[in-house]
Amino acid sequence: MNFLRKKLDTLKPHFTEGGKLAKLRSVFEGFESFIFVPNKVTHKGSHVRDANDMKRTMIVVVVALIPALLFGAYNTGLQHFRATGIEAGILQNFWFGFLKILPLIVVSYVVGLGIEFTAAQIRGHEINEGFLVTGLLIPLIMPVDVPLWMLALATAFAVIIGVEIFGGPGMNILNPALTARAFLFFSYPGWMTGDEVWIAGLKGGQQVIDGFSGATPMALSAAWETDRLPSFLEMFIGTIPGSVGETSTIAILIGAFILVATGIGSWKVIVSVFAGALGMGLLLNLIAVNPYMELPVYYHFVMGGFAFGAVFMATDPVSGAQTERGKWIYGLLIGIFSIIFRVLNPAYPEGVMLAILLMNVFAPLIDHYVIQSNIKRRLKRNRVALNNR
Amino acid sequence: MAVIKKLKRGLDLKIPGKPEKILAGEVYPLFFGVKPVDFPGLVPKLCVKPGDKVRAGSPLFMNKVNPSIKFTSPVSGEVKDIVRGDRRRLLEIVVEKKGKDFIDFGRIKREDFSREKIIGHLLNSGLWPAIRQRPYHIVANPADVPKSVFISGFDTSPLAPDYQYIAQNSTGSYFNTGIAALSRLTEGKVKLVLNGKDQGSELFRKIDGVEISWFTGPHPAGNVGVHIHHLDPVNKGEKVWFVNFQDVYAIGRLFDDGVYNPERMVALTGSEVRNPQYYRILPGGSVAPMVKENVKPGDLRFISGNVLTGSKIESDGYLGFYDSQVTVIPEGNYYEFFGWALPGFNKYSFNRVFASGFFPRKEYRLDTNFHGGERAFVLTGHYEKVLPMDIYPMQLLKAIITGDIDLMENLGIYEVAEEDLALCEFICPSKIEIQSIVRNGLELMIREMN
Repeated sequence: MNFLRKKLDTLKPHFTEGGKLAKLRSVFEGFESFIFVPNKVTHKGSHVRDANDMKRTMIVVVVALIPALLFGAYNTGLQHFRATGIEAGILQNFWFGFLKILPLIVVSYVVGLGIEFTAAQIRGHEINEGFLVTGLLIPLIMPVDVPLWMLALATAFAVIIGVEIFGGPGMNILNPALTARAFLFFSYPGWMTGDEVWIAGLKGGQQVIDGFSGATPMALSAAWETDRLPSFLEMFIGTIPGSVGETSTIAILIGAFILVATGIGSWKVIVSVFAGALGMGLLLNLIAVNPYMELPVYYHFVMGGFAFGAVFMATDPVSGAQTERGKWIYGLLIGIFSIIFRVLNPAYPEGVMLAILLMNVFAPLIDHYVIQSNIKRRLKRNRVALNNR
Repeated sequence: MAVIKKLKRGLDLKIPGKPEKILAGEVYPLFFGVKPVDFPGLVPKLCVKPGDKVRAGSPLFMNKVNPSIKFTSPVSGEVKDIVRGDRRRLLEIVVEKKGKDFIDFGRIKREDFSREKIIGHLLNSGLWPAIRQRPYHIVANPADVPKSVFISGFDTSPLAPDYQYIAQNSTGSYFNTGIAALSRLTEGKVKLVLNGKDQGSELFRKIDGVEISWFTGPHPAGNVGVHIHHLDPVNKGEKVWFVNFQDVYAIGRLFDDGVYNPERMVALTGSEVRNPQYYRILPGGSVAPMVKENVKPGDLRFISGNVLTGSKIESDGYLGFYDSQVTVIPEGNYYEFFGWALPGFNKYSFNRVFASGFFPRKEYRLDTNFHGGERAFVLTGHYEKVLPMDIYPMQLLKAIITGDIDLMENLGIYEVAEEDLALCEFICPSKIEIQSIVRNGLELMIREMN
């Protein structure tokens, strides 16, 4: 530890102004502050500071994602061996999935962090930690068989067009992980839909056993074949085909608990997304004219990316509503639109992604109206004061 | 009538070093420093040069824009030094105490009180700067007539002195005179806000001409800005004045005894103080005699004021004009190996992101480490939890950063000062210098409005 500190201290002068490697200052600082929390002290304003910083905040979100990640690895193996008819144990399933997912994570982090480092260097900023979360979110919302080059392209698109051109992490309008997903969805629809891409190996032409269908619950529902859906419990646990980290509602709920207990994620958003979906789902149940509309509303909570989106995407504080009252409205609308897109618009089976992106765009407007009411209150008070003169 | 306003939002920092109710005695420092930087927005004009003899009450410098506002020496002696900082900014006028000579400003009986006489007396004696105004949290303009005058009768900031205890050890008649003088300055009322939890508030119930309210809640429930916001909010064009609790006594002494004597009780606090207790001292006095034998060894931060809003001083620095507290905490200039990844049983955070959030300790020995680097605004909804006002802090800060005057006005810039948002700065995980931003915003408004 001391050795490392000394090493860094001897290297440091090269990276400061006038040093040989001054151009790589942000990169050096990024690594240095990763290994050691800096010795910087307060100099104006508050003399003491909360121990929480952006690194810790982001790490908490990463930790919250781990249950979904671990289950995703297990489920990837499980689905693969089920499809190919091979008996496999829990560890074997997990190991197979782990090897499948690891390259996705590596590619996402290498591409994203590479761009983030470059951008920070160009701007002369410190490295931002936001991509620690985004870099893990992206693989978790992809089909497991997505080609790595496609993933790299989507990540680059999300980071450059989604984040950096707006000024970097914290300034973006859209959720970057969903931007990556949407980019692939619209650019390579053949890869992102259908029954094969969700299970490892199928797209590569591996033989499946007779009678096996890799159809996801979303695809089955959109085809009005709701009678073929897996059981609610199975979908709740997550042993179904789907994106890597999205299938297990129970793993996602563990993550939600971590986010809410630590105060990092807004429980208001999570609750209101579910409430909005519940309301809209019940309404559709009432006027049901097809099997999808008849589907009991609580099935929506465990199908597709709904729970994952509500817990990890809608709660993104940067792209979501920023006022407390705005968060209720924002969440409710996400829930409502998710169900509308899913049920009434079969062209896009996964409605949650689009609903969240749509509301990302409208979040500033929602905030605007919430803040206007505060402003009006103040102006009114002012007028009363003037009249009383 | 006794309505208690219960505030919920806020945060009490749990730091060791709360002052014990012991009055350790009077402190007689040799050196006194009067600091123009204690008065934000002030452009000072010097009245003395090194070697000049001064008496208690002699002007040291004045407000260049409004020369009637004078800043006077708290003691008699000789001007020892004039300390300047970057770009010759005036930092301190140091006076070496010699003798007990003072200027007699003359007594004024209560029945002779008039607005002009009171203001004249306050201005001449150098006590006027004790009267400050909202908006902007600056020294009041004697030409204005405020709609009310506020006095906060309790302090909720970290390790704050107990005003009840101070009142028990001070002469109540001076307080009454002070209130009587202040009530002539406003067209409205003098409002005294007391701690709703404190039954000892009986002490103040006998005072005439003041309207008493009670507040309870975590810090900043004792901030005068919070009281004004809830009781008599400042609209565009309006002025509310406020006076620190102990300065009311000083105003009383000026009219009863005819002297400038801002003597006050000061709490010496903080984890690095061996015996945290109270002292009697004049503002501007060097803190050296108080802290000399009474602090633990190590690299220390001396603060005139509290840990959230105080100003950094040296171990022989001077007590600020408005401060009744001195805090000593450890410096935090150390590296921490993977500090952001450790469980952190001993780290304090408002959010439960460390193990301490689930296994809280009674107290945390906070130091001055920054705990990270500055980032863009990311998390939302946290500042609101420590600001008991109907104001959107993040939106207001963004309006200030972008210099949007209309939006700042609409979002309530007239109602805040940096001290009200100090807790937002403390909890901010993006490590944004919120108090500086607020002060910049206030200064921008002052420039725009004049």
